[in-house]
Order: sequence, then structure tokens, then C-alpha cells
Amino acid sequence: MSIKNASFPWFGMDIGGTLVKLVYFEPRDITAEEEQEEVENLKSIRRYLTSNVAYGKTGIRDVHLELKELTLCGRTGNLHFIRFPTHDLPAFLQMGRNKHFSSLHTTLCATGGGAYKFESDFRTMADLQLHKLDELDCLIRGVLYIDSVVSSGPSECYYFENPTDPDRCVQRPYTLENPYPLLLVNIGSGVSIMAVYSENNYKRVTGTSLGGGTFLGLCCLLTGCSTFEDAIEMASKGESTRVDKLVRDIYGGDYERFGLPGWAVASSFGNMISKEKRESVSKEDLARATLVTITNNIGSITRMCALNEKIERVVFVGNFLRVNTLSMKLLSYAMDYWSKGQLKALFLRHEGYFGAVGALLELLHPS
Amino acid sequence: MFTKRRSLLRDAWLLIGRLGPTYIRHARSVKSVRTMAECGGGDSSTSSHTMDKSITLPPDEIFRNLENAKRFAIDIGGSLTKLAYYSTVQHKVAKVRSFEHHTEDAASDKLYEISVQEEVTARLHFIKFENAYIETCLDFIKDHLVNTETKVIKATGGGAHKFKELIERKLGLKVDKEDEMTCLIKGCNFVLRNIPHEVFVYAKHADSEFRFQTTHPDIFPYLLVNIGSGVSIVKVESEDKFERIGGSSIGGGTFWGLGALLTKTKRFDELLQLASRGQHTNVDMLVKDIYGGSYGSLGLTGDLIASSFGKSATADKEFSKEDMAKSLLHMISNDIGQLACLYAKLHNLSRVYFGGFFIRGHPVTMHTITYSINFFTKGEVQALFLRHEGYLGAIGAFLKGAEEDNPNQYSWGENYAGSSGLMSVSPDMNPLQRARSGTFDMLEMDRLERQLVNLPLLQDSSSYIPDTVDLTEDALAREYWLDCFEEALDGVVKRAIGSQPDIPEVTERAEKFRQKYRNKLQTLRHQPFAYGSLTVRSLLDTREHCLNEFNFPDPYLKIKEKENDMALKYYLKVVKSLEELGWEQRQLALVRGVLAGNVFDWGAKAVSDVLESDPEFGFEEAKRQLEERPWLVDSYDQWLQRLKQGPPHKCALFFVDNSGMDIILGVMPFVRELLSRGTEVVLASNSGPALNDVTNGELQILIERIAAMDPVIQAGLMDDRLTLVQSGSSSPCLDLSRLDKVLAMVVRERQTDLIVIEGMGRAIHTNYYATLNCESLKMAVIKNSWLADRLGGKLFSVVFKYEVPAGKLSQNSSALTPS
Repeated sequence: MSIKNASFPWFGMDIGGTLVKLVYFEPRDITAEEEQEEVENLKSIRRYLTSNVAYGKTGIRDVHLELKELTLCGRTGNLHFIRFPTHDLPAFLQMGRNKHFSSLHTTLCATGGGAYKFESDFRTMADLQLHKLDELDCLIRGVLYIDSVVSSGPSECYYFENPTDPDRCVQRPYTLENPYPLLLVNIGSGVSIMAVYSENNYKRVTGTSLGGGTFLGLCCLLTGCSTFEDAIEMASKGESTRVDKLVRDIYGGDYERFGLPGWAVASSFGNMISKEKRESVSKEDLARATLVTITNNIGSITRMCALNEKIERVVFVGNFLRVNTLSMKLLSYAMDYWSKGQLKALFLRHEGYFGAVGALLELLHPS
Repeated sequence: MFTKRRSLLRDAWLLIGRLGPTYIRHARSVKSVRTMAECGGGDSSTSSHTMDKSITLPPDEIFRNLENAKRFAIDIGGSLTKLAYYSTVQHKVAKVRSFEHHTEDAASDKLYEISVQEEVTARLHFIKFENAYIETCLDFIKDHLVNTETKVIKATGGGAHKFKELIERKLGLKVDKEDEMTCLIKGCNFVLRNIPHEVFVYAKHADSEFRFQTTHPDIFPYLLVNIGSGVSIVKVESEDKFERIGGSSIGGGTFWGLGALLTKTKRFDELLQLASRGQHTNVDMLVKDIYGGSYGSLGLTGDLIASSFGKSATADKEFSKEDMAKSLLHMISNDIGQLACLYAKLHNLSRVYFGGFFIRGHPVTMHTITYSINFFTKGEVQALFLRHEGYLGAIGAFLKGAEEDNPNQYSWGENYAGSSGLMSVSPDMNPLQRARSGTFDMLEMDRLERQLVNLPLLQDSSSYIPDTVDLTEDALAREYWLDCFEEALDGVVKRAIGSQPDIPEVTERAEKFRQKYRNKLQTLRHQPFAYGSLTVRSLLDTREHCLNEFNFPDPYLKIKEKENDMALKYYLKVVKSLEELGWEQRQLALVRGVLAGNVFDWGAKAVSDVLESDPEFGFEEAKRQLEERPWLVDSYDQWLQRLKQGPPHKCALFFVDNSGMDIILGVMPFVRELLSRGTEVVLASNSGPALNDVTNGELQILIERIAAMDPVIQAGLMDDRLTLVQSGSSSPCLDLSRLDKVLAMVVRERQTDLIVIEGMGRAIHTNYYATLNCESLKMAVIKNSWLADRLGGKLFSVVFKYEVPAGKLSQNSSALTPS
């Protein structure tokens, strides 16, 4: 090894409005000599993270996303993807303190708004100094990196073939060989839309506050659910057309004068102005309508941005899409239908982890 | 004698009016309308609430002129119905006619013959009421519709199919459905073209919330964002070419539906009320909630919403209804604003109008939409709103049905007397009050006899604002003028009664006029923006419209005649004495003559007494009372220099003011001098009466008389170097963007290179700052002490403003700025 690498442990962290995303590189090529030198604290952290798939009540390791036998800076190992709610950050910091994380003298690279908001908490509660990184830089770096290193197993990038035909709609791998220009839509609590022209040339086009946080927030209020998984589960069982007012509800069929099909939603939640209809819908219907409303809105803003920026490929990322095939298919449909096949919606398996990956890369290859 | 005149002359300026419409009312309408209110109370199945049964609506104010109504159209929305029809209004109009020359006896006695004739004009009526009233309203119409040839009623709006059967059964008319969006666009084009202060921007924290915009003469292209239950974004490129370029399902229905689910509040209005009291930061996740502060590198401030409802993603916290409603309102407004901006950018459009029930009269939503547009375009695009937004569909449906009458060929004007004006519906008002104030809202548009166009000599017609002071924004001035008009009301009523000594019911009508105008003034105190920007002009015009409404055609007619007659007798004497002066002395004397004549606003009692006894003395006295030079605004030296050194003007357009001394002894000698210099003259006078201003009809006769005495005028007429045109207006003020098409044509043909505007109404209250692309002369005597004060002068201060457009001749510009 000619280059002096950053000392272990290698972490990258992305502290968002709702979730903290953590990537951890577990070296698998540790020599006996190294192992001898390794301090007990480091071992203990590695053991803790790799031998569990859940941490505390809310921390989860997404085992299916783990990248095995990855070579990073000359070291070979596994990349682990871990998440927990941002409101449990204090518990995480307490754990870091208990495990004497600070004694490792590592640099903790972190991005996301929380890197700023909780910087002092890291210092005071866990005696840790954060190296704060820009969110969008990390995101883009992470996307490009993961796409380039995933070669075996399921393809990182994929799309839905025949998105406008539910019976024939299937997921297909996509090669992002020549990715530029692309529109990158990150759907976290809120939504950011970036136009990416090259690895170092990108701009934030716009954003919307109607994102994953809105979906979950509204679902909690409307259905009493409390987790994203529950909300998605309910949505999958519901029927949004009982909640939404469709074009055909108003015009009896298509609104031909303007080329609007009868099935299109004319007014999201529009049926809910009627007392009888409010009383006849189920929680599942409401969850479904919320999901459809938020998703379609993101789709339509994205489409306008793509037109304004003259970009034909859109990559959707962010944790809103986790376990949410429904939204991905809707976005695929919306992109394809309203652009008459001009726009392609692409998705990435590691949905919400790119910022954290970008932060890890910054630790290893400071830009 | 002149010491008393301060207040008297002020009154003089404000006094009087003319004309009037039908005042025949139906006895049974009282009963019918009362039933209407009761019916509304009994119907609880609609979105409305219980109505107070004691409400009695003024019967003669709703569904007017139904006797000869035709071409009905109806727009039925989710909660409001808008009905439109066309009627013809008969009013008495005073006409003057020259006596035949052989009737010598009569001629010696009177200057001209006055006859009161019935004139028929076209009027469009638009009435808005709650759907709960629809059945009773239809019954009322059925009862009053006398032998109409109408067979169909044009219908639009989401509710049209629901009430189709009812309408057909009640009225016996066939319902003919028209496309909603087409109607909306047609209506929008119509109001943009015909109502000068239709468009406004909303500024919640400004002194005046509503800031009215000058409508660009070319209204296309524009974007209309209609926020109904969903959102439609329509690009309009010409009268017949428009396209729905996009939309969104997140609209008013989403606010209402989702709001009802979240807050258990059923009514849309109540949801808005809740929202206006809430704190969205308790529910929304802000940038600072994520970052601890702002996200500096992207320029996102900490208060920006990062995730709507982001804080409610928890099962163990309660949120207040108010906070949730507010968060929802922000979410939807921001989303619509963002999409509108994206579409505006993609299609390169900067004029974006917002409408639909989500916007309609709700300051809360106008504010949030405005905020959103400012945020997303960084101020490059302004959110624009329309004063008659709620009527667009009905207007459009009506126009579709009236295509054979070609309504778009005419110019139309808002009848202030019959229109309710813009309501600001404060969210603090309780629902019952709100419903009452909005029970019946009306808009009336009168067809103007003349087609109105821009004066071709305006330097920039898109930025031209006729009025000098916007009383909507100037609270002090507003209070003064409103008081002033209110104080003068007694005098106006007296004058109106006096003008019709032998006509029955004159006192009752005059009282009705008083009531009506006083109500208008009251409305304007609370809602100065009701009819667009409040100005002295609009106050005067509103009074004219109200007098019209109660059939007082030209109260000054006889007085004008008498004074014209007397002034004529002194014409030659005045001309002769001017002839005796040297050239340079004469120029000043001519100007002083115009100014002295302008002192005589009839109705100024102090002046009129003198006039009646010794008119010549009065004119001389007025000259003596004139401010000595240097005047308050004085560019006389430049004017004189111009006359001395420059070539004669090719053609002068002269906007004249009062009858009597003013026109005959002041203006005509000045005109005579211009003619003698070789300048052609176009005299522009009002088409209809206003105060004691000389009308085109009167002026024709006066000029005929003067020509008979004065060979210079005679020759001018014969050689077609002196021309009379009408302005197209019946206002004491002057809007250079709405002038008779013929006048515009003559101005262009004659290559007019000098414009003279005379009098306070036309040169001070309006047009003081108007920039023209030829030489201009603005002359007036300030006959109002408050105004004189404000301008830094005294009563009877003189404004003599000669201007040359930049680049033509250098001169000292004289500025008149309120101190």
C-alpha cells in the first residue's frame, strides 16, 4: 500500500430530516498483524455492526443491499447499509459514547442537514468532530460511484418496461454507461431536483416540499399509522379513485377538447368534499390517494423540469421509493404517458444511501 | 364678493350631474324577493348555512330590466350561480338643436332648442348568487320576462347539467351547453379589453392591498391559471386561439377535501378561516428543522418549508386544526405557484392571471399564491388577479350566445351605479355576514355608442395612467375627497331637483340618487379598491352614473344655455379688444383669457350671481383675480418663445372644458389666434353631458353662431381647418386611452403636433403627468383650496405647463410635486 489510507473505521453518514443513513465498510482482508494491532473498540464496533441486522428498536441494516467483496482504496471488504430515524440520533450518540468511538481518532464524514444541526451534539455528547459535506455533492458522487462498482448480482439501475400497460409492465436492468445529461430527483422528506451534466457540473433546478415526509405525515394524520412501512402497506390495499375526483367523474368520460383521458385525476381528494363519500372511504383508500397524489405531483414537476432543461433521462432516488414499487410504476407511467414516450424514468437499488456513500468517498478521496 | 367663494367654488366643482334610466319598479317584486330569502333559509341541503329570514333584498336592484331581457346565459359552479342577460335601457337624454333661421322670434329669445328624448342603449347584466337561490331566481325571472324572443339559454360550469332540467322547466328555454374553458377565456378577454382597472396584484402588507395595473393595449399572450377543484393552465394567444398546456390535480378540491378530512370542518370558507389563524411551522418541517439554520450554499433560508406535513409523521402528537389547515394551504398554494412558474418559463410568458373558486375574493389564497410566485420566479413574474374573475364563465357563455350581435365590435364600460364592486372578504368576518354581503353581487356593462381607442399621440400607451393621484394608495387624499363629495351631495340633490321643475316624482328620484351615491361613498370608504383604483375621476364618474340611474338628464342644460347665450353677446367685444393689443401682449392676454374663463365652473354661486347681472364684469373680475406671474407652474416664457421662433403648428387638438365664458370668451379667441397663424384646430368636446362641460352637440351650435359673427372662424370652418370632434366620453375628466375612434383618426390624418388640455378635471386630476410625443399645453386654474394647498399654491393658482417631448426642443420642465 503506497497511499496512506484513512484509519478505520470507515463510515459515511447522511443525516436527513427523517432518516439517518450510515454506510460502513467492513474490511475483509485484515492481516493477522493488523488484527493484533487493532484496538478493542474497533473490533467491538465491527462485530456489533456486522453480526446484527437490527440495532436498538429502530436501527436496521439493509442486508439485501450489502455489497460484498468490494475493493475500496486497495482494501477489500463488504459495504453495509444501515438506517435509523433521525429522532433516535441521541441514542446513537449515546452508543458511540459507550463504545468510546472518540478514542479511535477517526474523522466522521457526514452530510445532510443534520450534519449541521447536530454538529454540536456530536461534539458534546460523543466527543466526535464531524467533517461536514455538501449534500448534493455527496449524492451525485455516490450515485456515480455505486453505479460504476456494481457489476455482479442485480443491476443497480433499472426501469419499467411497458409502464402504461399494467399486465406487461416488468422491471428491466438498465446500463447507465453514458449517464449525462440526467435529471436526478432525490425524494426524501422533501424533494430536490438536480440537472447533472458531468461528475462536477450540476445544478439544483428546483425542489418541492411535497415529498416522502408529506406522504407519511398525511398518512399518519389520516389513518393513524406511524411507520412508512405501514403506510405503504395500507396504500397497496386501497383504492384512490374513491377519494380522488377523476376527469370522468366531472365530464362523464374523456375531456376531449383538451385531450384529458377520463381516468386522469382531476382533483386529488376532490371527492372528499362530500360528507357521504368521506364516510364511505377506508383508511387504505386514503393512504393510497395520498401516495398517488404525492407521486404524481413529483412526476409532473419533474416532467416540467426535464422540458425546461431539455433532458430526457430521469433518475429517481431517495428513501420514499424504498419498498414502494407502486410509486415507481406510477412515476414510470407518468413520465412515459405525458411525454408521449420521450422521457424515461430510471431507478437505483440503493435508493436512499447515495449521500452516505458520497460522504464515505470523501473520507477516502478528499476532493 | 369673492371672499366667500372658497367653499362655494369647491362645491361648484363637485356639483351636478345628468341623465337617468328607468325608474319603473314592480310592486310585486318586493314580495318575490322576500320569498327568495326565505327559500334560501329553508334549504339546508346545500353548502349554505341558515339564512336570517328577516333579510329583505332591495327589489329594484336585482334582475333589473328583465322586461326586455334577452340572450340569457348561466354559469353554475359548485356553490355560486352566475346569470347573464342583455337588455336595452331607455333613458331620457337632453338634446340641443339649433333653431331654424326663419323662426326669428324664437331665436331672439333662446339660443337653441332643448328637447328631452328617449334614448335606448344596450346593457349587459351579470348577477351572482348562491346556488340555494336558483329555483326562486328562476321563478322571479319567469314572472318578469315579458314577451322575449329568446329560445335558448347558454349554460356552462360544472353544475349546468345538474340544473338543466330545472331551468328548462322553469323558463321554457332550451339549455345549450358551452365548453367551460372556452367561456372562461372569452370572458377573460372581454374584461381585459373593456375594464381599465380589471387587473391587480395583491400585496397583503401594503397600504392598499390591491394594486391595479394598466392593461397593456395588446392583451395577448397570457397564461390563465384556473384553480377550481383541480388546476388548469391555459395559454391564450389570441381571441380564438388558446390551449390547455397543463394542469394539476392538486387544487381547490384538494384543499377542501383533504382539509375536511383533517379538521372535520366542512365548509371551504371556514377552512380558509382556520388556515388564516394557524401556524404552519408546527406541522411542516422547515429547512431549519433539518439544518439547524439555512442551507446557505443553495440559498435556501431556514424558514423555507422542506417537507410539508413533515412533522406530523408521528402517531403520538396532536395537531391543531388551524395549524393543519394552514400547512395544507401553503402546500397547495406553493405547489400551484411552482407549476405556474414552470409553465410560464417554458412558454416564455410573463403575464399570469389566477382565477377559480380557490382564489375568488379570498385575500388568504391571493396572498399565498403571490408569495409562491415571487419565491419561484424571484420576482420576475407577478401573480395577477382579476376584479371580475367570478363572472368570466358567465360573460363567456353570454358572448357565445350573442355572437350574431357582435358584442366584441363595441366598447363597453362598467356602470358603477349598477355594479357591486370588488369585495374584500376578510377571513375574520363570520360566515353569516359573509353570505349576506355576497348574497347578490352584480356587474353591469353599458354599451358605449362610440368605439374607444388610444390617443395615437400617447408616448407609451402601456404605461399611461390617466389619474394624477391614486386615492387607493393615498389615505389622506382619499379621506379628503370622500368627505368633499359627501358634503357636496346636498347641493347635487338640490340641483337635480331644480333641473326638472315640472316633472313628477322628481324629489323621490333625487332622494334615491342621494341614497345610492351615499352608499357608494360608504362602500368606497371601506373598500376603496371596489371599482379599481379610487380617483377623483372615478368619484365623479360614479356620481354621473348614479344621476343617470335616476333619470336626471343633464341638470345643467338650461344654465349652460343661458350662459352660452350671454357669453356670445360679448364675444366680438373680447375679440376686438384683443386685436387692439400688440402681438406679444396679445399672446399673454389670450392665455389669461383661457385661464379666466376656466375660473367659471358654473354652479359656483358666487360667480354665477355676478354672471347673471353683468357677465362682462364677471369675466374682467376673474382676470383680475388670477394669480400674477410667475404662476404656480409657469412655462409661459417657453411657450412664447416657441410661438415667436418656431414655425406655426400644423394642427392643434384642443380638449375643451366648460361651456359659457370658458369656451366662448376664453377658448375661442385662443383658437382664432391659432387659425390666424395657419394652424389647423380640432376641438374635442364630450359626447355626453358632465357637469357644466360643453358637449359636442352644444359646441356645434355655438361655433355656428360665432362663425356668423366672426369671418376668421367662418373661414376656418369653410376651409375645413377648424374641426369639431367628440371625445367619446361623458366624464369631467379625460382618459386618453379611451377616446373616440374618429378622434384618433382625425388626429392622425391632420398630423397633429400640439395638444392643448384645459381645466382641472382634464389637466390636473388627470393627465398632469401624461407624456405625449408632440408638444403639449396643460392649462388650469386650481379651484379647490385643499388641492391648491397640497400643490404648494393658493386658491386660484395657475398651472401653465408647456412641454416638448425629449429630443424635440430643450426646455425647463416644470414639475408639480405635492409638498
